[in-house]
Amino acid sequence: MRHSDQNHTKETFMNLLPQQNRLIRKSICILGLLALAGCASQVPLDDKQGAPITPVSPSAPTPSASGSSGAQDSAAATVTREIAAARAELARVKPSIYFDYDRFEIRSEYQSVISAYANYLKVDVNSRLIIEGNADERGTTEYNLALGQKRAQAVSRALEIMGVAPNRVEAISNGEEKPKAMGSNEAAWAENRRADLLLK
Amino acid sequence: MQVFQWNLGWCFRGMRHLASLISTIALLITGTHVLAQSPLRIDITGVGTRQIPVALAPLEAAPGTQEFAATVMEVVRANLQRSGVISLVETGTPQPPLNERTPPETLFQEWRGRGAEALVIGSTASGSSNRNEVRFILLDTLRSASLGGLAILTPNSTLEARRAGHRISDFIYEKLTGEPGFFATRLAFVRKDGEFHNLIVSDSDGQNTQVALRSRQPIISLAWSPDGTRLAYVSYEERDGINKPVVYVHTLATGRRVVAANERGSNSSPAWSPDGKSLAVVLTRDGNSQIYRVSAEGGPVTRLTRSAGIDTEPSFTPDGRHVYFTSDRGGSAQIYRVPIEGGSTERVTFNGPFNARPQISPDGRYMVYVTRRDRGFQIAVMDLSSRQETLVSEGSKDDSPSFAPSSRWVIYSSRLGDRTLLTAVSLDGKLRSRLSAQGSDIRGPAWGRLP
Repeated sequence: MRHSDQNHTKETFMNLLPQQNRLIRKSICILGLLALAGCASQVPLDDKQGAPITPVSPSAPTPSASGSSGAQDSAAATVTREIAAARAELARVKPSIYFDYDRFEIRSEYQSVISAYANYLKVDVNSRLIIEGNADERGTTEYNLALGQKRAQAVSRALEIMGVAPNRVEAISNGEEKPKAMGSNEAAWAENRRADLLLK
Repeated sequence: MQVFQWNLGWCFRGMRHLASLISTIALLITGTHVLAQSPLRIDITGVGTRQIPVALAPLEAAPGTQEFAATVMEVVRANLQRSGVISLVETGTPQPPLNERTPPETLFQEWRGRGAEALVIGSTASGSSNRNEVRFILLDTLRSASLGGLAILTPNSTLEARRAGHRISDFIYEKLTGEPGFFATRLAFVRKDGEFHNLIVSDSDGQNTQVALRSRQPIISLAWSPDGTRLAYVSYEERDGINKPVVYVHTLATGRRVVAANERGSNSSPAWSPDGKSLAVVLTRDGNSQIYRVSAEGGPVTRLTRSAGIDTEPSFTPDGRHVYFTSDRGGSAQIYRVPIEGGSTERVTFNGPFNARPQISPDGRYMVYVTRRDRGFQIAVMDLSSRQETLVSEGSKDDSPSFAPSSRWVIYSSRLGDRTLLTAVSLDGKLRSRLSAQGSDIRGPAWGRLP
């Protein structure tokens, strides 16, 4: 039994990945405000945001107001292009990382997922990532919550290694409380040993 | 409407609402009725092995209290049968009616002859301010002696009649078995109804249910405050735009809720300090799951454990000096304990690959926990002085064990087929009764005292 998370409920967010819509559709207004307000204060205006502005040629002085506006337009266009490219890269990977029983290492096959998300977080400076760790049903409620957290944190650390600032990412755990696959068998357990990446 | 059923066949409907704040007034009948020692004291060895035959004569009800009296006795009858150590002797309707003033000398021989080793006689009467009084005495027919009794003055309501019945049950159970009773207590658990997670508070028999919280998101890790007035729990309800585990403290009488822990990451596994002022909680703000201490009103946290792996599932000892917890620091999940005031951490469990979620009994003598054995995840009880362990559940997916306030019973959740239900079991694993909800999963029980 799978959760349906493919519904595009708001036209405004059609340009995002379907997987991202699950969170977004819950509280569009609140999320929007928090994402903007929260990230504006959390993320310093560093070279990543400033970079697209630099291509303006120093040999061509642009004293006029219109010239300056043109440079900004082109910078904005560059940012939009970069975000679109990063988004296209995201669309090629599944927003989930699976783990072996009682293990927390990210297998090499998921490196493309990590780099796609790291890249996206770098270019879209207003984005935030929630990593939800999950565990299979074996064990106790609270210990499984801690196991899910360990998985979410493994993903968080991998992103940090790729240069993502820790305050852009929050690792949380659902433990065994939100199983994607029901049933007490190896296939269901494997599906539930998972971390999901949710852009906000 | 929900139907709760104990496995011994007693079936009631949960339908009562908010508990009256007026507490039951109990007065011990003094004088010749009270005897110090119970001659019927036995060691409980199992249902059917040795059950004490007890006759419960109908309470003589003054006009206007018949329904009240019937409710009280219905509760007492169901409780004593559920205990597994008492069997009921048929009484019929004695003529003339018996009550606590009936001279006991006239009763011992007759009731001994009818197979009863104990006889309960009493009456109900209406008092002022819409209150009723129930009085009873317990007679030991084998020794021809009175074991004392109670007079309980209580508001005239079905809820209070049931509460009075639980107090009377505790009195009889204690006098006859020598063990503290467990009927006048409260349960909290989570009932899943379709999309909704309902946090339920009920009497020990699953009656008088109240929904304290209803959410589309999971509610887990319920813990009663030592005084029975507040519940700590973890709820995934939306907060600041995301659904993540946050620790709340909920005062049941007022519905007031405070956020006790909402740090970056996950907040989980609250445990009360014995004075009811603070909680041990598990936070991930500094990395992996570690144990911290926080006021029950929230506020700054102080770190209690420090390891490179998982530390979770804290439980205070009743003297407040140690916290038991689960850690994977040794490579697998095992139980450890750490002194609150600092000092070295000590490993407690060594048997098997998985021992977790310790809870220390209110009397400090036992630890209940979840262990992985041949039949999957089972509940075990360890005698902390001898370190001897007893498996008290069948597996294979048992969880959330919680001691009764008396320390003599444990309730836990287990899976039966595709259903999750609750089982209460005696510490030796021999007496057992089951609480299930028709058509719903119930889990995560916490057993607390009445406020």
